[in-house]
This record gives sequence, C-alpha cells and structure tokens, in this order.
Amino acid sequence: MTADASATGARPLLETRGLNVDFGGLHALDELDLQVFEGEIVSVIGPNGAGKTTLFNAVTATVAASSGDILFEGESLLGLDPNRVTARGIARTFQNVRLFANMTVLENVMVSQHCRTRQNALGALLYTKAFRREEREIRERASEILGFFGRRLVGYRFDQPAFTLSYANRRRLEIARAMATQPKLILLDEPVAGMNPVESAELTGLIARLRDEWGFAIVVIEHDMEVVKEVSDRVVVLDHGTKIAEGDYATVASDPRVIEAYLGSAAASKGD
Amino acid sequence: MTAAMTASHGDDVLAPPRPPLAQDWMRLLRMGAIAALSQMFIALSNMPVRLDDRLLVKPVLSLGYLVLLLLPFAVGYRLGFQAERAGVARHAAGGHEILGGGAAGALAGVGLSVLAILLANFDLRDPLVNWSPKLLELLNFGRGTSFAVVIWPAICAGIGAAGGMLRLLRPRAERAVVTAVAAVLAVAVLEPLVVDLAEGLSLEWLTDRLYARRGGVSWLSALVLAAATGVFSVLSSGRLRQARSRIAGLEGTKYTGANAALLAATGLALVILPLFAGKLTNELLANVGLFVLLALGLNIVVGLAGILDLGYVAFFAVGSYSAAVLTAATSPRISPELPWFAALIVVVIIAALVGLFIGAPVIRMRGDYLAIVTLGFGEIIRLLFLSDWLSGWFGGSQGITNIPPVQVFGLTEVAGTEPRRVFYLVLAFCALAIYVSWRLERSRIGRAWMAVREDETVAEAMGINTANAKLLAFVVGAVLGSFSGAIFAAKVGSVFPSSFLILVSIVILVVVIFGGMGNIVGVIAGSAVLIGVLGGPKQPGLLQEFSEFKLLIYGALLVWMMLARPEGLVPSVRRSRELHQQEIVQDAWLREPSSDEPADSAATSR
Repeated sequence: MTADASATGARPLLETRGLNVDFGGLHALDELDLQVFEGEIVSVIGPNGAGKTTLFNAVTATVAASSGDILFEGESLLGLDPNRVTARGIARTFQNVRLFANMTVLENVMVSQHCRTRQNALGALLYTKAFRREEREIRERASEILGFFGRRLVGYRFDQPAFTLSYANRRRLEIARAMATQPKLILLDEPVAGMNPVESAELTGLIARLRDEWGFAIVVIEHDMEVVKEVSDRVVVLDHGTKIAEGDYATVASDPRVIEAYLGSAAASKGD
Repeated sequence: MTAAMTASHGDDVLAPPRPPLAQDWMRLLRMGAIAALSQMFIALSNMPVRLDDRLLVKPVLSLGYLVLLLLPFAVGYRLGFQAERAGVARHAAGGHEILGGGAAGALAGVGLSVLAILLANFDLRDPLVNWSPKLLELLNFGRGTSFAVVIWPAICAGIGAAGGMLRLLRPRAERAVVTAVAAVLAVAVLEPLVVDLAEGLSLEWLTDRLYARRGGVSWLSALVLAAATGVFSVLSSGRLRQARSRIAGLEGTKYTGANAALLAATGLALVILPLFAGKLTNELLANVGLFVLLALGLNIVVGLAGILDLGYVAFFAVGSYSAAVLTAATSPRISPELPWFAALIVVVIIAALVGLFIGAPVIRMRGDYLAIVTLGFGEIIRLLFLSDWLSGWFGGSQGITNIPPVQVFGLTEVAGTEPRRVFYLVLAFCALAIYVSWRLERSRIGRAWMAVREDETVAEAMGINTANAKLLAFVVGAVLGSFSGAIFAAKVGSVFPSSFLILVSIVILVVVIFGGMGNIVGVIAGSAVLIGVLGGPKQPGLLQEFSEFKLLIYGALLVWMMLARPEGLVPSVRRSRELHQQEIVQDAWLREPSSDEPADSAATSR
C-alpha cells in the first residue's frame, strides 16, 4: 500500500502544487510539486540550502508561500495560522531541537495536546468533572506516548525539566511532542542528527514503527544515507529549491543529477 | 545550591588560620574604596540627617547613624567570606578576618572623613542640595572637623572588625548573635507597629517598659531583649530549619496535607490578627493587600504568560474610574449610583473589554517592542482620564470625589476610615485571585501560557493559538487589576489621574520580580516586604521614615537581588530552573551517571 500508492491514483494526503517560496530575490523553493500519500515514509534529501527545511516551514505555515498551493487532504493550507495547520493534522520536529526546556518531560507532551482538548478557563476555575476527566486523559495519553520510547522517558524522567535530558533523549521527546498533537502526518527534520550510530539505528527502527503502529505518514529530512536507505518508501531530492529526482532509494542514488548536486559537476562516481 | 558546594559543608578539616597580614590587599582596597564612595553617597542622599530624629536605642543610636554603620559591617563580614570548594581546604577564621574587616571598615570610614573635610571647607550646595551644615554637624558630633576625621575611620573599623569577627564564631553562636542584633533592631525600627499591636492586645505595660518615652528602645531593654533572643536562638538551635526540611521531605499526600495545614493556619492568622491590630496596622495590611491583588494579576501576565507589561496600572485605573463613575453621585456625566457589588460586575466587564482592546494590538508583538507598547498604553489611559476631552466624564484633573463606601449586602459598610473592614474585603478578593492563579496555572490554559513563555514559535507549531492564549492572560490580568482598582476607589473615596502614574506599574513589576516571578507565595512575599515595609508609590509603609528614600532603596534592593538571587525571594520552580540550568544539569550528572542508557553517554558529552 505504501510505495505504489501513487500509482493507484488515490488522493494524496499532502500535496504541493507549483509551490514557490521567495526570500527577497532568493528562490528557496521553486515550482515544487510534491505528493505524500497516507501510510508513506518519504525522505527529502539534498545539499545544504536546497530548501528542505523551507519546505517544512511552508507546509506548517511558519513561512508564507509566495505562490502555488499546499493541499492537505484535498484542502488548501494557505492562509492558515501555524496552530490551525497543526490542528488539521500536521506535526513537526525542529532541526535544532526546540523543546520547552524548562517544562518537564511530561508537561512538554501534555501541552502539545492543546489543540485536541477543549476545556477552557471556566472549566478549570470551577474544577468541573469534565475538566478533571480531560486532565486525566491528557496525562494518560502523555505517558502512553512517552512509553513508546521504552524506559528512557518514563518514571522519574516525567518530572525532570527537558533541558536535563541527553541530546538523543531531547530528539526523542521532540518526536513524542509531535505525536501528542495526534497528527496524520509528521514532518521530521533531521531526526538523527548528532546521534551516534547505535542511537541512529534505533531511531530508524522507531520511525518505521511510527508508521506501522500509529499509522502516521512521515516526511523526513535526513543527511544520514543509511537512515534514508532504511526507512524510505520514496526519496525526493531537492537542489536549489527544485526537485531534481524522485523514486526509491536505489534509483535516486544512481541518478547522475543527484550525484552532481552532491559532489559537484566533476563528480567522482564513488558516491557517499 | 550545587552538589559540589553542599558536599563539603561542615565535616571537612579546616586548615589553620592564615596570618593576619596575608590579606588579599587588592580585594580589600577595592571593597573598601567602593564602600567609602557608597558611604559618601548615602550621607549626601540626606538619609542620615532625615532619620537622625528617630532614636533606635536611646541614647546611643539613631536610625540616621545606623544607616551609616550598615555598610562597614557588610564589607567587614563579606571580606571574610571564602567560597567553599570541594577538595580545597578552608582556612579556619582568625586574626586574618578581624584585621581584614577592620581595615576595609576603616576605609569605608575614610569616605566620611573626606566628606567631613569637604563639607567644612567648600560649599557645594548648589548642585548637591543636601550639602548642609546639618550633615557636617551629624558627622562631627558637634566637635569640629578633626574629630570627625578621626572618629569615623575608628568607628567603622570597629564595626568592620566586628563583621569579620562574626566569622570566628561557631555557626550556632553566629546565629545567636545575628538573631539578637536583628531582634533589637527590628523591635526598634518597627516601634510604631509594635506599639499599635500591643495596644490592640492590651500589652501597653510591655511597650512602656520596652521603649523610652520619646521613642527608641531604652538601652537596658535593648540588652535584655538581645540576651533573651540570643538565648532563645541557642535553645531552639535550628529547629525551625529542621521542621522545614522535614516537611519538604514528606511524600505525596502527606506533603500536600502539611501544605494545606500551613495555608489554613496562615489564613486563620490573617483573619484573626486584624481584630487585635490598631488602625495603623490594618491600614498597612489593606495597602499591602491591594498591591498583592495587583501583583497577582501582573504575575499571570508576566510570570505565567511571559508578556512584559509595563503599563499594568492602566487596568488599576480603569477599575478605579469605572467603579467611581458607577457608584459616586458626584460623577460628572452619568451617575447610576449602583451599589458597589453591582458596579463590580460592570467594572469586570469594562476591564475585560479594555484588556481585549489594548491586548489585541499588543500581543502581536514580541519582547522589547511589546514592553514599549504596553508602557505607552499605560500612559495613554492615564492621559485620557486627565484630558479636557473626557473631563466631562471623568472630571479631568479634579477627578471624582465622594465615592461612597462599599455596602456589604446591607450587613456592614466598608469605608476608608475603617481599615480593618477594608482589609477583610481585600483579603476576600486576594483569596479569589490566589484561587484563580492557582487553578489556571495547573490547567490546559496554564500549560499553554508556559509554552508561550518558553518559545512562542514552537508553541504555535504545537497547535497552541498563541494569540488567544496571550489575550486571555491579558484579560485575566486586567480583571484582577480592576478588582484592586475598584476597592481602591471605595477605600480612598476619590480618584485622580495622579494616582495612576507610570511609577505604579514599575512598582508592581518590581514587587513581582523581587518576590519571585511566577510564584504566588513569592508575589505575596514581595508585596509584604516592599509595600508593607518600605511603602507603595503613595502609601507609607512600616518604615515611614524611609518613604522619601523608597525608590533609592527599591533600586538598591533590585540590583542586589539580580546579583544574589535573580529568581526572587520565593522563586517558582520553573524560573529557578531557567536561571540555574547548568548547575541543575551538573547536579543530575553527578548524582546518576546515566546508568540506564550507556548508549546516550556519547551524545551527552556533545
């Protein structure tokens, strides 16, 4: 159902049509067409400055698209506030881990359920039954999500401030936070950057489980080709804001344009 | 605070005392010079002259002279301070500390000697308004300049040496001495309060013994008091601290239970105490309460949601004026003469609307820009009330007068002439504000505020409507501020634009920062210390004599606080985490070298 979903002609979960993002004279994204289908893991790769993170920012409405359209489940996301995009079902992590550093591990995940919960200030002040039930549910869901990462983020860690976590755990908590928004699509921005090989292998497995057990579609920006090879159903290669190649890992890896983009025109065929 | 610092405390072997002359002379000179300059500054601030009339210990010490003795003592004490480091042996205290303290104190005294010489020979009254013969007379004790030149270094050296000597004492003895001195000074400085309380409890016989006829503790009672408190301190010897750590060590429900008991006891004390207190104390309590209410409101805006609002007085003003217009018969344009509680409902609605109106443009901004804009709105509101354009409504600079007292459901009447009743009214609203802050902080809304405070962009990406969250904080803050304003109007009986100067905003902010941003207890403690002891923008505090120098002392306290304890008097957990991240990470690392995840250790050392 995954790799060949595009072939069946089903409606894509996320689609960009002729997406342009300009920063002054710089075309960060140039007429980008991209499709992500349900249950798919798509890797976005490309050299530095290719526009990968800009793509994420545009989809999550952190930067405005200059022209073109972004469709999620067939509806345009243009003009929405970032929080509305998240409410529609797109969650993301950040390249340079941005946790709520002084909030505890549990609070980080609890607060991320904001758009899926309803209780207002009045409920909190009157301490209604509905309020208490929702608080309990938020807490339970948070510990369930944190439990997904094994023993690392549970138990006494619940009440530790996020900044005390190790680097790898911070990355895991970022993913937990994204899961807590109950999305349909998760955008992972370099999830294994800075991890050692053991950790990154483990996280690779986790990404696959995110799709298999939780049913998220996933777009992942990654430089580590081992990870890309392992997780991707499909690989999209960006360079200078345009898509230069697309397909499964083997196809893309042997594409001369990709090699050129990575290694320059006088490319040796060694690859990376 | 860190494990490294606490680990070495107590048990380690002390190195023998250093020889008296092995001083860090540069440090000594630097501290002495700073103290000397500060002494001159304090003298020229006119504090000593103004406070000289107030006798503390009759006939030895007046408040004015005390002000000049604090610094030499602090310098002497501080000089003997050695940072405790794990693995580095500390020297036992000895002649080194006494000599160093004495020398630094003497330097501080030299500042006053120099000032005395200058005062005697030059007239700089033009730029320095407090350059007066009176100051000279205070400095030379009426015995000529040469006497002043000799006596001040001598006195200050003695005080500094005493400060250094404190280091020689064992902790228990040190505590006893400090307690005794502090008790005498407190009883002396807080004389009006003690007298007032004693009258309420019909203990006049005690105060008659304690205080001399024309103010000040008589030296005999001072000695007795010092001895009594000193002995008491030795006998109790840190039981209080033990009790506190025992409560902190309790688990789960027991801890909550202990806290609830403490809260109930405090509440009960606050209800009962005013019954025995006189007008003066009750007036003070009511003023503190009004500021607690304001500070709790601002705490939601600044402490929880992280919106630096420098114009918070706007909501205080709106609350006051709308209550005045709605209740006073003399209100220029409309005067529905509603009863206060009915008016309060309208006041809340108006305040919320004004909060929305000001908040809507403001919350789109961030950081410095936001602060500046709120500052502007604070002034705009005051100027609107002052303006000719709206004077038909609000009376311009004449304000609105003859605001009737609060009728509490026909049972009783709360007027400004009855500070006790005002206090109870304020207390009720403070309780409400505390409940609101407490509940909201532990809810979905409160967590959203925290997230916004931490990182607005990420909060937005995590699905929080940051604009709404900030707006809600602004509105809740506005409503709490307007409560304070409405009570203020009824208490004072009149409102004028001049009651809502920018200074009020600043003072409330200082209260919040000083007390501990984001912590309810901290905010209350901050109000009690700053407003209760020093006094608010227009309200006298316990130390009425200081009201002229209030802002100077505020500033000094704030600077000291930022250096020594930036998280405030009673910090919120989150805020101290923020300010001490590195230490906490270090501690965690020392405590458990990540045994459960060997794979992570490589990444941790990044």
